[in-house]
Amino acid sequence: MADLSINLAGIKSPNPFWLASAPPTNSGYQVQRAFEAGWGGAVWKTLGDPILNVSSRFAAVSFNGQRVAGFNNIELITDRPLEVNLKEIYETKKRFPDHAIIASVMVEPQQEKWHEIIKRIEAVGVDGYELNFGCPHGMAERGMGAASGQVPELVEKQTYWAKEAASKPVIVKLTPNITDITVTAEAAVRGGADAISMINTINSLAGVDIHSWNTIPHVGGKGAHGGYCGPAVKPIALNMVAECARNPRIGLPISGIGGISNWQDAVEFLLMGSTGVQICTAAMHHGFRIVEDMIEGLSNYLDEKGIASVMDIVGKSVPRYSDWGNLDLNYKVVARINNDICINCNKCHIACEDTSHQCIDMLKDESGISFLRVREEDCVGCNLCSIVCPADGAIDMIELTNELPPMTWNERQAYLGGIENESVDFAK
Amino acid sequence: MSMTSPLKDELELNFQEAERGLSQREALEEANRCLYCYDAPCIQACPTGIDIPTFIKKIASGNYKGSARTIMTANPVGASCARVCPTEELCEGACVLNHSTKPIMIGNLQRYSTDWAIQNKQALFKAGKKNGKKVAIVGSGPAGLSAARELALLGYSVTIFEAEKNPGGLNTYGIVSFRLPQRISYWEVEQVKSLDVEIKTNTRVGLDVSADQLIGEFDAVILAIGMSSVPKLGIEGEDLAGVYDAIDFVKATKTGAISDEFIGKKMAVIGAGNTAIDAATCSVRLGAEQVAIIYRRTQKEMTAYDFEFEFAKQEGVGFHWLTAPSRILADESGHVTGIECMKMVLSEPGEDGRSRPVPISGSEFVIPVDGVIRAIGQSRYIGLIEQFGIKHDDGVVMLEADSYKTSNEKVFACGDVIFGKGQGEAMVVSAAQQGKDTAYEIDLTIMGEAVDIA
Repeated sequence: MADLSINLAGIKSPNPFWLASAPPTNSGYQVQRAFEAGWGGAVWKTLGDPILNVSSRFAAVSFNGQRVAGFNNIELITDRPLEVNLKEIYETKKRFPDHAIIASVMVEPQQEKWHEIIKRIEAVGVDGYELNFGCPHGMAERGMGAASGQVPELVEKQTYWAKEAASKPVIVKLTPNITDITVTAEAAVRGGADAISMINTINSLAGVDIHSWNTIPHVGGKGAHGGYCGPAVKPIALNMVAECARNPRIGLPISGIGGISNWQDAVEFLLMGSTGVQICTAAMHHGFRIVEDMIEGLSNYLDEKGIASVMDIVGKSVPRYSDWGNLDLNYKVVARINNDICINCNKCHIACEDTSHQCIDMLKDESGISFLRVREEDCVGCNLCSIVCPADGAIDMIELTNELPPMTWNERQAYLGGIENESVDFAK
Repeated sequence: MSMTSPLKDELELNFQEAERGLSQREALEEANRCLYCYDAPCIQACPTGIDIPTFIKKIASGNYKGSARTIMTANPVGASCARVCPTEELCEGACVLNHSTKPIMIGNLQRYSTDWAIQNKQALFKAGKKNGKKVAIVGSGPAGLSAARELALLGYSVTIFEAEKNPGGLNTYGIVSFRLPQRISYWEVEQVKSLDVEIKTNTRVGLDVSADQLIGEFDAVILAIGMSSVPKLGIEGEDLAGVYDAIDFVKATKTGAISDEFIGKKMAVIGAGNTAIDAATCSVRLGAEQVAIIYRRTQKEMTAYDFEFEFAKQEGVGFHWLTAPSRILADESGHVTGIECMKMVLSEPGEDGRSRPVPISGSEFVIPVDGVIRAIGQSRYIGLIEQFGIKHDDGVVMLEADSYKTSNEKVFACGDVIFGKGQGEAMVVSAAQQGKDTAYEIDLTIMGEAVDIA
């Protein structure tokens, strides 16, 4: 069996599955239940000056009957006194010494505030800290969370102040509510962070009730933006992880967060440069027990691939992620329909005909039986038909051989630039 | 009589609709499973061409009224058809998911949408602007109602003449309540009536009003009179009080209080079509202790739909294949005591292409029964057809090729009255489409081709 244990910037845990700082890690009772279920670590619900919460707090987005495709919350950081949380952290760590407990922290952007809270947490013993620079709602209106996480100077300074007081690794949790997340990631590097985690939730309004015209959720008829997470945000999170992972000026371990619902999602994050993952929505949807399949699925995957340790797959796909200008313009795929598998729903035809390149024909054979065929000469290899196809294996994207050597846009422009310069020279 | 004989009010419960409709959640999940095929084969397989992916998509989006409208636009008796269509032979049989997972429950989804419209008292259509033309329709069954609906939308003044007390024809009187409650048929009738269609019930054409009168007073007449009673078996004892016509037998369960006279009785049903199944399952639900279907051919030749056959078996109906009745026996006071049958053997196919059953001599045996129900097909309203002076073949009205025109240019016919002799279809859904097509043909005949502005 593969070794699932990880070491993220010195923080060790028996597996890469941590609960993210959120409602599931609100108390010692919950975190201990999670550890019993098999979770490798937990980032405690953000510690700070206890706040007041509102009711209601959560909302979810369903898609075609699938519940919790996306999840939205307006809950703030912990509403429990710091000493209660610290006592429970102490008890939990004592009961589960091999599991990772990371304290999420958020205070006002002042050096003494950071020193004071880190010192108090140090006293009970945690495996690391996660600085919450991401919470997008409520706390941001008070200059904390995402509000400070969007200002690179504040990220750098606060990281520095936390590091001044901390003896354990400091993870900086980044907000996605920013144009380029690598800018704040680099600020965390300058502040001395040991690792970064991403993404926190995305500014969101889950919906509007079309009958009452209230926001979803609403608090007595009034709403405010929340933070969006769950399966719907995974592609956004994965890109941000990848952008940080491939940026040579960052070079820190990454704790990946955002819509991870199962072991396959986790593998994707690991391949794209996460050393471990944090999960919340999936647990909120199904309970802590889901981690059993995550652990087993990951373990089976590694065994089937003959990989000894989960750490061996971290970042393996990062070199394959680049800029558009580095993609080969001469690479060519086309769609091919396997008529023996095709069930003739014609979804590929109408998708291609109406919205892509009009190259899938609906035909009838000599006995009048309908079939679909791709005119390969007109196919641009966009993938749309294979995306909408409901019959697994009915459409393959076939790689065509090309006599032309690979040529990227950047190479092409460099080459054309050369010709232009020559022609200018010639004109002289 | 059995000690556990059900009480009379329990019998009433037996005639409540057997299958429960989908819950909102079930409907939503099923609707979302639909692939929303383009040029979908389910549409092609529906005789009325309901845009099935569209009505299902509308369930998924919560547009229930639009969904019901999509259904009822194509099929004016779409709520009944949701319950009685042989969907596995039509839409569901054509579903592309038969090739990958399992077909969409199209019938149940159709029922969901139309039930919603019924429960929410939706009026789905408005009459068209009156064009001054009048059409008489004889019969308010699926074909007549569908023709009326389409003509009303096109602006015709439509009068339906119905011999029965209530409109709806087969859907009101001929299909067992536990499969098709009367209120469904009545809702479809109301939808048509709301388009200013007048329905004259208790009005028998040929008796209360003559065929000539209709031909003289209306611009066109549609004969949608369906079929008549079950013919006699031609055997000894069939005039006994305990021998029933299956059509009347089913109708009795839909028109008055449920009878308790069959509790604990043994019943035989002669024939193996859908009406025979209805009569047999009705008998079971009336409390009969034993119900046997007697059929002179085999299960293979049986004309009942597979799902009907399955339903009958589930209800506990027994089957005697290759068996034909030869005599109905009674005691001295005239009560049926048994039915004498002969075993049959199938020989070479006859003119109709079906193997002919031939009796095995000396194979007589008696099945003890208390009652016998005839369900060997239906006779025709030949007298009425002849009053209209139109050509027919044994009561099957003959039509011009690719048309619903009879030999009288003002008289059209559709539904069961044109079914038989290699013509037409027996399904409710086919009758609905014929009614629509008849309406379009009348419009074309009376109003002429639409002027091509271009």
